[in-house]
Amino acid sequence: MATARLRLSEPLAITAAAVLFLGVFPFLHAQGVISTFTLGVWGKYLCYALLAISVDLLWGYTGLLSLGQALFFTLGGYMHGMYLMRMIGDLGQYKKPIPDFLVFLGWERLPAFWEPFASFPFAVAMVFAVPGVVAFLFGYLAFRSRIKGVYFSILTQALTYAASIMFFRNNLLLGGNNGFTDFKFILGHRLADPATARALYAASALALLLAFLFCRWLSRTKFGLVQQAIRDGENRVLFSGYATAHFKLFIFVVAAWIAAIGGALYTPQVGIINPSEMQADKSLEAVVWVAVGGRGTLLGPIVGAIGINALKSWATRAYPDLWLIILGTLFILVVLFLPGGIVSLPARLKALWQRFRSPRLPDPAPPAAAESASAKP
Amino acid sequence: MAHPLLTVEGVSKTYDGFKAISELTFYLFSGELRTVIGPNGAGKSTFFDLITGRAKPDRGKIEFGSDPSSHHDLTGLNEYEINRLGIGRKFQTPSVYTEHTVWENLVLSLHGPRGVFASLFHRLSSTARDRLDELLRLVRLGEKRDWKAGLLAHGEKQWLEIGMLLAQDPKLLLVDEPAAGMTDEETHRTGELLLSLAGRHSLIVVEHDMTFVKQIAAHGQVTVLHQGTVLCEGKFDDVQADQKVREVYLGRGKHGTR
Repeated sequence: MATARLRLSEPLAITAAAVLFLGVFPFLHAQGVISTFTLGVWGKYLCYALLAISVDLLWGYTGLLSLGQALFFTLGGYMHGMYLMRMIGDLGQYKKPIPDFLVFLGWERLPAFWEPFASFPFAVAMVFAVPGVVAFLFGYLAFRSRIKGVYFSILTQALTYAASIMFFRNNLLLGGNNGFTDFKFILGHRLADPATARALYAASALALLLAFLFCRWLSRTKFGLVQQAIRDGENRVLFSGYATAHFKLFIFVVAAWIAAIGGALYTPQVGIINPSEMQADKSLEAVVWVAVGGRGTLLGPIVGAIGINALKSWATRAYPDLWLIILGTLFILVVLFLPGGIVSLPARLKALWQRFRSPRLPDPAPPAAAESASAKP
Repeated sequence: MAHPLLTVEGVSKTYDGFKAISELTFYLFSGELRTVIGPNGAGKSTFFDLITGRAKPDRGKIEFGSDPSSHHDLTGLNEYEINRLGIGRKFQTPSVYTEHTVWENLVLSLHGPRGVFASLFHRLSSTARDRLDELLRLVRLGEKRDWKAGLLAHGEKQWLEIGMLLAQDPKLLLVDEPAAGMTDEETHRTGELLLSLAGRHSLIVVEHDMTFVKQIAAHGQVTVLHQGTVLCEGKFDDVQADQKVREVYLGRGKHGTR
């Protein structure tokens, strides 16, 4: 009974959340109730939620703990950032038709690879192409060599670390350690306009909703079953005729795309993208969001990303020195006492409440149906 | 004489200087149920690893297919390619997908396209559903189809894995210690199930439990492996009476002091 109710109420909950984030928030902003700053902060959280979903798709659903997802997020951010840099035109500090950092490096003309980024469609294509190709190449080599478990995690961490070192270099001509900033226009609209901020926020909410619905669909296909079977017993899958490497490669590229979309929407809303976003600790942070929110669920990463970042915004102002300690403590507490994350809390409390009300009741008889419903929303 | 379904000739495999399999020659004909026995370390698991592509032989020939014109060299193929030819393997420790329901475990094993994109848009046909229902009845898990496989008892997991194997509709089943951890009654039922499969499928069963071996080898041949090679082959009674086999098992032979 409880299961049926849960199933019925799920689309309702999704619709309610979509209306709240996509309708109510922008409306309140248009009415002046919510400031542009607050809306921008929430837009940033939603972008981080996309990153968290991409981590969970690999870690929670496929058993691949990637410690380098922030790389794909940042690459998406850079590709969109290149378009935004071109849109500054000659309004930069040096009043030259090329980005300021290039003037600073002594360039007179635009390097050839910067040329096509004046086109928005081209930049969008690159948001998918660059992270996609990097994920495909890395995944192809890693999965073909059957690199698994902790070795896979270490390699992904090394990949993002190496990339950050590369992006810190000025001669890559992507802004060095300052990255890109000082954006002025997007698609002909001033970024400083509240209406532009609202549109960007709405785009982030929509992207998150679509990513969520896509993953929800995916987890219910046979592909989703195979994916989770790889997590729980890859040998059995392999000896059942599935080329597990192909499945892992596919999901690795899809996850990279979801992270890249998050990054592409993050850049204009935060107003800066630089290599510190792809440093090792950023990817680790995303893993903590997923663990705290609830891995192996679709709602968990979203709750974790928004919750922890909201906490971070508050704590870094109230107790700037204590933030990392707070985060670490939270992570340890969740791992120790709430392995299913925040989203498992209602079911936990309900079980406690039932035991409190009728302490001698034996455990509920059909455990499978109840558990599978809560574990796979 | 008919061509064997599985041909293993002069196969050797060495791990870090240890000869797991040496000069092994083995033939299996279509429809046969062959029981393989042998003391610990005789190379039974390595034998299965070599057939299923998990390990590659250092030398020798492994071929599959009873039609001499279209048989496959298994030494050049990997696990999933070999499985797709129609060779299914049941592991010694039951390996089922613990977080999936019994039903989903069978769905994943059902014979059909195995590609990434095929699985994205896969729908179960009504014939497939009927087949799965039939399998559920066969392995006596109809009541528990919506249970998570991880919650099943050990013996039930063994049966589920056998069901998963049958769902693949393989020509050849490699079954590693199916009766491990089962009660006497379950063991007997497992034996009956395996016997009923012979003929339509071909089977190689590795087993330690001699009562069980006697049951399933009633009509078929028994192969005794020792130190990575075939010690003797024949009817159960003949093998049991064989002096070499007795020495190996009772530890009175010149190699048996270990």
